[in-house]
Parts: sequence; structure tokens; C-alpha cells
Amino acid sequence: MEQIEQRVKKIVAEQLGVPETDVKTESSFVNDLGADSLDTVELVMALEEEFECEIPDEEAEKITTVQQAIDYVSAHLK
Amino acid sequence: MTIYSRIAGTGSCLPAQTLTNHDLAQRIETNDEWIVSRTGIRERRIAAETELTSDLAVKAVEAAIEAAGVSRDEIDLLILATTTPDQIFPSTACIVQQKLGAHGFPAFDVQAVCAGFIYGLTIADQFIRSGGAKCAVVVGAEVISHILDWTDRGTCILFGDGAGAVVLKASDEPGILATRVHADGRYKDILNVPGKVRNGAIDGSPWVYMDGSAVFKFAVRALADVAEETLNAAGMEKADLDWLVPHQANLRIIESTAKHLHLPMDKVIVTLDKHGNTSAASIPLALDEGVRSGRIQRGQSVMLEGIGGGFAWGGALLRY
Repeated sequence: MEQIEQRVKKIVAEQLGVPETDVKTESSFVNDLGADSLDTVELVMALEEEFECEIPDEEAEKITTVQQAIDYVSAHLK
Repeated sequence: MTIYSRIAGTGSCLPAQTLTNHDLAQRIETNDEWIVSRTGIRERRIAAETELTSDLAVKAVEAAIEAAGVSRDEIDLLILATTTPDQIFPSTACIVQQKLGAHGFPAFDVQAVCAGFIYGLTIADQFIRSGGAKCAVVVGAEVISHILDWTDRGTCILFGDGAGAVVLKASDEPGILATRVHADGRYKDILNVPGKVRNGAIDGSPWVYMDGSAVFKFAVRALADVAEETLNAAGMEKADLDWLVPHQANLRIIESTAKHLHLPMDKVIVTLDKHGNTSAASIPLALDEGVRSGRIQRGQSVMLEGIGGGFAWGGALLRY
């Protein structure tokens, strides 16, 4: 579980160009980390690639915080 | 002996009027910073009231013919890619023939939206390889401003008008090394103009509609895949590429494709900041810019690739 959290945070930091230390589990991509709409699309694509899963658009829209990304990946990891 | 098709010359035409992001901010609620950070576009050209797709196309074709050093009489095929034909019929290609004063050879339009030029180039390459043509003109031309809702800040900021053309000649040496085109109609609703002419009126919206996030995601994946597929078809590696000339829709899509191909951005021809997305015209416009600025040299390998509504997409790998 902890490993997933670290991997998600690392991807978020890389994709949004912010230091990993700024990425908290409660961070909102848009409100706290300065993501715009395309950043969030790219982020979802990077998560899909890293965890080899497919995140449908209607699910992706609900992922707005680091915690929500961790929860989704944890629940859908093969 | 194998026949190849080779680009003998390129040409382009942009309308005179420039519309900057600052100009747009006067009309609708948007600003330069927002547009630049999400798209990379700073300004675009807009056709004059009386200027049609065929007018821009003819000028681009004339420039390409001159650069290729061929005469009008040598042309034996004309393929025009557009989403904004002058009228429902005849094809804009036939109108270009008339305006160019060159006729008799086959001329037709190709509709694959922003991938139209790659489709046209692929068809012309097949004609030449099979001996059906020796001197083909492929032109991408658009007056996309005619189908933009200028109150929709999500779409009207993205596009511009223009035309670009190439003259392809039969040659003993390549030339075009490989082309790959695809389409997937399941995605027809995320980017379109749904309106149709019926019973003397337009039935449905006549404006461009786009689901930006869905288009972005599809484009990034499809372009990375088709670039790789086209390289494989030619038996080449990413490291063999000298230039990428992508469809100019969004800088972040272009950057993503370049990253996938391990190409630094100074090996990518970018015209989007000045032209916006000119749909079927963007790739030949960028190619002409790359050639005329002296960056793309004879003998270098160039990957062209584009994607648009349909969805339709494709790549073409050539030795310039």
C-alpha cells in the first residue's frame, strides 16, 4: 500500500513539475498543485501507464486529489 | 525498377489578417496567458471576407510548382484536403484547377479533417508508385474561421486559416519511405461539426464542437503509436529521424510526441504559435516553413504526422 502511495506521489510530482515534498495525500491537483485541465488528463494517462490499468473518463473526472488517485489505483490494481 | 515519389517542391499561403490572443481578449472572456499556457498559440491568420479555401490553395500550389521547377502542364494529379470546401460541390480541387488554368487530369477532395494532408499524400504516393501519376500536387487548405463559433472561447481561440502544398514527382530514389493511415469512427462525436445542409437550410449546429480532454488523450496515444508504426514500416529507428513536422493543434500534444520519439524540440517544426491549428493545412504549412527557413535539408529524414476528427490519423516518413 505504501509503495503505491510513493509511486503515485512521484508521478504527480513529475507530471505537475512540483517538488515531491509538496505532494501530500490530501493535495488537490488543481487547487493545491496548480494543475490545469490538460495536466489532469496527462496525469491520468501517466497513472494508467505506470499501473497498467485503464481509467475510464467518467472515473477520471472524480480523481481530483492524490488520495483519490491512490484509492483508485489500489482498488483496481491487477 | 521501383518507382518512388519524392517531394520536388513546397509552397504555402497565409491570409493577410492577423488575429492575436490580445485581439481575442477584446471580444470574449479569455487572455493571452491562458491561451499560450494551454495551447502554445499566440496569433492566427484569418481569411478576408471574400477569400475562400480555393483562393488560398491556388497560391500555395503556385508557390510549390515554382519551388519544384515544374510547369502546370506537367501536373497529372491534384488532391486537395479540406474540411471547409468552397461549396458542397463540385470539389474544391476542381475549382483550384479552374483558377490555376490547368485541367484534364484527375482532381478530387479528401476529407479526413486535420489528418487530410497525410491521407492525400498517401493516396498520391500510391498513384505514383503504381505508375498512375508522375507529377502530383497535394494541397491542404482551410478557411476554418467560417465554421467557428466566435462566442465559444473553448474552440475559436484554437484555429486559423491557411494553405500548404507539395509537388510530388516520380523518382528512382525515395522520397516517401512509408505512410500509415488509420481511422476509428467510434470517436466521431468528440470532435465534429454536426450540421447538415437539408431542405434549403442548415439542420444542426454549423460550428466546431470539441471535447478537449477526450481529444487530447486520444491524440497523444494515437500519434505516438502511428509514429512508431511508420518508422517500423520503413525499417528505421527513432534515432534515424532528423525532423518531426507534426500537425499543429496543441503544443503539449506536440511535446508529448517529440518526447516519445526522443527528439529535442529544436528538431520539431512548430508554427502553431503564429498560425494556430489550420486543420488540413497545418502540416504542409509547417513543412514549407521548415524547408524555406533552411532547417530541413535535402537528404534528411522527416516524419509528418497528424490527427483529426473521425477520428482519423496517420504518419508519413520521407527523405526530403
